Amino acid sequence: MNLGPHAFFIVGAYGAAAFIVAVVVGWVALDYRRQTRALAELEARGVTRRSDRPSGAPS
Amino acid sequence: MPLIDLANPTRFLTLASRALPWLTIATLAAFAVGIGLIASAPDDYQQGATVKIMFIHVPAAWLAMGCWSVMSIAALGTLVWRHPLADVAGKAAAPLGAAFTAMCLITGMLWGRPMWGTYWVWDGRLTSVLVLFLMYLGVLALWRTVEDPARAGRAAAVLTLVGAINLPIIKFSVDWWATLHQPASVLRLGGPAIHASLLTPLLVMALAFLLLFLTLHLAAMRNEIMRRRIRAMLVREAESAAQ
Repeated sequence: MNLGPHAFFIVGAYGAAAFIVAVVVGWVALDYRRQTRALAELEARGVTRRSDRPSGAPS
Repeated sequence: MPLIDLANPTRFLTLASRALPWLTIATLAAFAVGIGLIASAPDDYQQGATVKIMFIHVPAAWLAMGCWSVMSIAALGTLVWRHPLADVAGKAAAPLGAAFTAMCLITGMLWGRPMWGTYWVWDGRLTSVLVLFLMYLGVLALWRTVEDPARAGRAAAVLTLVGAINLPIIKFSVDWWATLHQPASVLRLGGPAIHASLLTPLLVMALAFLLLFLTLHLAAMRNEIMRRRIRAMLVREAESAAQ
């Protein structure tokens, strides 16, 4: 593919777009891992949400 | 499943976990087809190969505005119906919108330099998109500043609805003011003014970007619901320790 005399600008635009997408995908994936780990640690400590309590349990 | 069932965060998480792998596959497939079409697309008779920047610049611009539209609908959900998922949706869309707006600005500058002879001009279109980017940063800063998610959600919702005034300004800026930016050539009353050989890859890339947004938005909403659960559990743990 011949990009002509303005190849620098075309490759630069696609490179910048790919970089931004990679950063956002990486941020979402890392955030998911962080939240999953924090949730697992809390559950391992026996901490539950109010909605997880068995019905009839004292408040 | 009735639509109202999605209002329940737990049901939403189940649906998101089921949908995300399929959305990811669809996104990758759409990008593969789009990039293949871009590779075989002809050069423009005036712009030469630089027209290839259009295939990422235009979808990024559409999503930059689309994300704020999603946030505006979510803001109504927060302020009017106080829907628990509404501010989750708004908060999750903000960083994605900022990213697509940054992409639009950067690719636009790199397209402008060889075509206009300059990276930047302070005209209506470029300036209003820069204002949109700054508003995204403002919403993100607001979410980080106010600790209570409910209060932060209401403040961000008000800012979002005020900022929605900028959307028609961006859209019609090329008609209202003298500008280097070309007028609308796809979404216009007379139909697209682009030849099919360039329009087809553009629309496929727009679909790929839309699928990318849907995938990332769903994943970011899932993360935000989990973050709020963790916060609620930490509060509960602290309350138990205090008793």
